[in-house]
Amino acid sequence: MTDKGLFLDTVSIALNGRVLLALTHHVLPGGVLTVMGPSGSGKSTLLAYIGGFLDPAFQASGRVLADGVDLTVLPAEERHAGILFQDPLLFPHMSVAGNLVFAIPSHVKGKAARLARADAALAGVGLDGMGNRDPDTLSGGQKARVALARVLLSAPRALLLDEPFSKLDQDLRRQMRELVFVRAREAGLPVILVTHDEADAEAALGPVIRIGE
Amino acid sequence: MLTRLGPPLAMALLAGPILLGLAGTMLPAFGYLPALGGAEFTLAPTRQLFAEPGIWMSSIISLASGLVTTAVALIVVILFVAGWSGTRIFARVQHLISPLLSVPHAAAAFGLAFLIAPSGMIARLISPGLTGWQRPPDLLIVNDPMGFSMMAGLIVKEIPFLLLITLAALPQVDATRTRALTTSLGYGKIAGFLFGSWPLVYRQIRLAVFAVIAFATSVVDVAAILGPTAPAPLAVRLTQWMQDPDLSMRFFASAGAVLQLAVTAAALLIWIGFERLGAAIRDRACGAGWRWRRDAWLRRIGLTAMLLAAAIIFAGLATLCLWSFAGLWPFPDVLPETLSAKTWMKTAPRIGEPLVTTFIVAGIATLLAVLLSTLCLMRENETGRTGRRWALLFIYLPLIVPQVAFLFGLQLLFVLTGTIASLPALVFVHLIFVMPYVFLSLSDPWRAYDRRYEAIAAGLGKRRWTTLLGVRLPMLMRAVLTAAAVGFAVSVGLYLPTVLIGAGRLDTITTDAVALASGGNRRVIGVYAFLQMLLPALGFLVATLLPALIFRHRRAMHA
Repeated sequence: MTDKGLFLDTVSIALNGRVLLALTHHVLPGGVLTVMGPSGSGKSTLLAYIGGFLDPAFQASGRVLADGVDLTVLPAEERHAGILFQDPLLFPHMSVAGNLVFAIPSHVKGKAARLARADAALAGVGLDGMGNRDPDTLSGGQKARVALARVLLSAPRALLLDEPFSKLDQDLRRQMRELVFVRAREAGLPVILVTHDEADAEAALGPVIRIGE
Repeated sequence: MLTRLGPPLAMALLAGPILLGLAGTMLPAFGYLPALGGAEFTLAPTRQLFAEPGIWMSSIISLASGLVTTAVALIVVILFVAGWSGTRIFARVQHLISPLLSVPHAAAAFGLAFLIAPSGMIARLISPGLTGWQRPPDLLIVNDPMGFSMMAGLIVKEIPFLLLITLAALPQVDATRTRALTTSLGYGKIAGFLFGSWPLVYRQIRLAVFAVIAFATSVVDVAAILGPTAPAPLAVRLTQWMQDPDLSMRFFASAGAVLQLAVTAAALLIWIGFERLGAAIRDRACGAGWRWRRDAWLRRIGLTAMLLAAAIIFAGLATLCLWSFAGLWPFPDVLPETLSAKTWMKTAPRIGEPLVTTFIVAGIATLLAVLLSTLCLMRENETGRTGRRWALLFIYLPLIVPQVAFLFGLQLLFVLTGTIASLPALVFVHLIFVMPYVFLSLSDPWRAYDRRYEAIAAGLGKRRWTTLLGVRLPMLMRAVLTAAAVGFAVSVGLYLPTVLIGAGRLDTITTDAVALASGGNRRVIGVYAFLQMLLPALGFLVATLLPALIFRHRRAMHA
């Protein structure tokens, strides 16, 4: 078995002694693992555990290896697990370009170079020249694309999707789904998708794990 | 980690000086203070205290004013919130009252005095038309022996405070839907609120109510300005004894501070009795299915009282301002014959130094309180624990223990260590009182913050401090600056801690203003009291304008 991708090694999460989920799974680069379950089943806690922001009320065990590196021993900021939530959560105090520049790793030096990258990323999601805009003035679909561009710019090891399409309307949802999966495949990112929408799971074209049923 | 230090530091700051101060008050109260020749424990200071004429009267005035003012202010707030919440008038009055919280007690007290004095604004408005007075009547209104004007001054300042903390508690008990429910069950507004929401609200604001009682039983500045003089309320007399150049008076003053502690404790115990009684009456009425639909008259009383309290403060402040610019202003004219800046010019040279001290002390104490509160709240995020009731008790400790009871002892410690009247000592003492207010006003918005923004920043590879400085604090800028403005206002208004630790060598605008009370030069008092209210207002202006300016192109930051 290759080291590449995201390996969930006997991950188990419990609340007050009740086990919410337990799984072992290998997500290959560009592959998608879909975790489905009703609300309250604890499916989002899996992403919180991988990302390193699990509420201390939960008890979790097991390793998460990204390209062979154990993430669980690292602080959240060194895991490079990019996440997309239901809401785009663009930083409201920054411009659109500011949001993107914030995500670019610090080894990219020079203000102009960083800004150029941000502009290119914007163009890549079909939002050329919107860098100076106030994020609050964008439409829902535009915000979602900026959020995607932002997370991809940070060069993550994996992509964690927490029902990121559920607040978009039907048409937008389909477009956005396609955009996200295509981009993740291009970048060779292992993806974990948490959802309760069957259509999401079908579009993901990967294995599906159901919990809490 | 730095954040780990937050909670222990805050607890040490809040509880340490109080415990040390109480010890430093207790020991001399029972005769022990080797530095002043008190080598053994004795009850002599206590005996001397009880031989002091009028000491019981002073205690009773303190006790009664604490209970009466808190009860009246709380009833007004209940009637107003019960009768009007959810209406347009309610929202308007709320906006009107909020800024009053930042007016220092002394300024509000001076304002009231300028209104109700025999030669005050009210007498001028109705004279000679209604009264026939050509000269101010010989009436003892301000400083009346029963303390009514002092109580009025306390009530008008307590109402905005109690209203704001009640408003902060309402969303957490889902008062809006409870009101819809009780109304649909046929309850009148006041009965519905008392039965449905109030018990839950009161549980949340109880410590703040205790703080109001403790403050009112031991207040010095308002009592010195408006209160009775023969005898004066207990805390006022204690403070005079404490400032006596004869150091042996300290034993006696300390014994008095212990009596003050007992008076405040008694007031709190009686209040707890009131709570039980009130709850029993409420339960009976509730159990009997008492709907009380025709409560319009009572609701109107609530609104009138609320507006009256606001009007008194506003009119008082306007009168103060007018006096500071008044030239010749004979009774019973409503306006001065001439206006001039003469008083301001004459006072200006004297104002510079206390103004600078006020700014430095308030600025540093506020900055430290914001830093410490931030550390505590960050630690809370890390551990997922708020420490709930115990933490809250610690935070309220400096507000519930009467100031004189531990400041006397603390002053002694500063004297013995040679740090009395130094700037660091003064900042430290201010920090004790600023910290609770800053923490309380910052904690709600901090806890309401959507932490997914931090998860996103961490996922982007940002370190915790980068996330704090680059994401969380900018997003919470308005809340942080508002908390800072609250802290700044508290520091500007602090009287007793400044008098005792500044020891007459470090003066602020507030100590200078209160010192002028006995002199009775209205024009000069007007200048000082006006500055006193101006400084906190400036703080709130900055807290409102700065984020609005910085984020003028960020729509979501204006919500």
